[in-house]
Amino acid sequence: MDPAFAPPATGWTMPSRALLRMRRVVLVAVAAPVTAAVAVPVGLLVSPALAAVALVPAALAAWAWRALGRNWRSWGYAEREDDLLVRRGVLWRRLTVVPYGRMQLVEVVAGPLQRHWGIATLELHTAAATTDAAIPGLLPPEAARLRDRLTELGEARSAGL
Amino acid sequence: MREPAGRTAPGNGPWSARPVVSGPAGAEPAGRDFRRLHPITPWRRTWAVLAAVAAVVLRDPRQAGEWSGHLTGWRTVPAVAGLLVVAFGYGFVSWWFTRYRIDEVELRVDTGVLFRRTKHLRIDRLQAVDVNRPLAARLLGVASLTLDLAGGKDKLAYLTERDARALRAELLARAAGVAPDSGEAPQRELVRVPPGALAASLLLRPATWGSVLGSLLVAVGLPLLTGDWFWLVLALPALAGTVHSTLRRFAGEFGWTVAESPDGLRLDHGLLDRAHETVPPGRVQALTFQQPLPWRRAGWVRVRLAVAGGGNDVLLPVAPWGVALGIAGRILPGVDLTAVPVLPVPGRARWRAPLWRRFASYGADAEVFVTRYGLLVRTVRVVPHAKVQSVRRTQGPWQRRLGLASVHVDIAAGDPLTAWHRDAEEADVIVAEQAARSRTGRRSAPPERWMTDR
Repeated sequence: MDPAFAPPATGWTMPSRALLRMRRVVLVAVAAPVTAAVAVPVGLLVSPALAAVALVPAALAAWAWRALGRNWRSWGYAEREDDLLVRRGVLWRRLTVVPYGRMQLVEVVAGPLQRHWGIATLELHTAAATTDAAIPGLLPPEAARLRDRLTELGEARSAGL
Repeated sequence: MREPAGRTAPGNGPWSARPVVSGPAGAEPAGRDFRRLHPITPWRRTWAVLAAVAAVVLRDPRQAGEWSGHLTGWRTVPAVAGLLVVAFGYGFVSWWFTRYRIDEVELRVDTGVLFRRTKHLRIDRLQAVDVNRPLAARLLGVASLTLDLAGGKDKLAYLTERDARALRAELLARAAGVAPDSGEAPQRELVRVPPGALAASLLLRPATWGSVLGSLLVAVGLPLLTGDWFWLVLALPALAGTVHSTLRRFAGEFGWTVAESPDGLRLDHGLLDRAHETVPPGRVQALTFQQPLPWRRAGWVRVRLAVAGGGNDVLLPVAPWGVALGIAGRILPGVDLTAVPVLPVPGRARWRAPLWRRFASYGADAEVFVTRYGLLVRTVRVVPHAKVQSVRRTQGPWQRRLGLASVHVDIAAGDPLTAWHRDAEEADVIVAEQAARSRTGRRSAPPERWMTDR
């Protein structure tokens, strides 16, 4: 592994596996009807052999299944003494460093799907609009702990603009 | 937020409409120190209504003619008079309901007739104060005051020139943490852009040249080719647009003066519409030096500054490099840009960015992070470590194959600064160092209230 993305001393914390499960369920919920919608009419109206074209969406879905797994494994965050690190991405890798004193706003977001799987996303905002630190797939206790800790550290080390 | 001593306590919790003030009779509580805008203001609103009517008439004259078909002769006069009265009435009422007040922590502005709106502008969040005097306002001796805050801006229009200056002085004094009646801080002129240099720099702009050449090509070349003079008609408006925008810029940047005062940087400029900006110390998030190709021989450079909240971003429309660096040294004390190392992009980046690579470089010292890039417009961007909001390292698939990575530094105003295509291991070091530097840079940063110790 690339040394830059190697874990810091404290190690990377990964998002909950529920995030991966949620994304894979959504994938299947989209891919299965699409595959069926291709296979059934072609098989019935043209020829059963040609129904094999449905293998194309099925293969795409299988690839996406694996990609989701790799993407999930790429996510990680680490709380250091003075800043928070967030890494993500497989092909395009990103590492974001946000000093605690620079955080203007900590937001916990959970849509209906995320709530169903019992996870939430933590978003960090600094005065810079281009800071893109967000941590998805946090279990509620961890999200609450992180939110409180970041808010506390942010206040303790707060600096002006 | 702590309640400062001396402020009135709220009456019945958050819902009480007015702060309760103990005092004689209690009539108009806390209203005595509210101030109103200059009485010329309603006329400005009247003018706005008339302008709207004129716009309707001009856009659709026939429709307007039908509407006013029965307004012949003697009826026209009362109709126009009535409109004027209504417009002025509206202006007067909205003027009457607009008032402002300043105390230790905030400038409060109440507006709105039907829907009341109160704005609380926190003085310690002040990023810049502008006093603007458009031509018409100058003739009438009034000015508008614009406050840039980190989250946006607010404008008070119009005040008398004296009031605008006094209010600016008071706001800055309170923001600096000194007595509010200490008056205008003295200023010392640092540089004044001569009109000749300004005119020459505008004529040498690539945009001006491109537009003029393009127009000439269309106006002369195409008619010669096609024998159709129709193209001339097409090119003329484009040419007129260029002339107009160049003249406008010349008038706007005419007499550009940069001065220094304890309240920060003062920028004065404008031929017809005068603008006076004050940027308090420590509010500049980043500096950008730009040198278009045709300016290179003269050694000129344009300097822009980034302030949270936006507003004007030009620090110097044109100046020789030496002067620009001198000004930069006043804004970022202790920074010598010529001493910052220039580290080029590794040669193997030619497979990713063959041309770009040659003009891009990065450098950092104990005070600032510097990036350089650009072939046609050479650009140098500088951010003090204390202003860095977050640091990012990105690596695309192509970069990973070449062992490269980019480091982005996010700031509170404008685009992030990027050290493109560094060696991957060097990028790790940059990220680590940058995180540490922005931490120590913040510790040693000057206080928010710049005339106090904290």
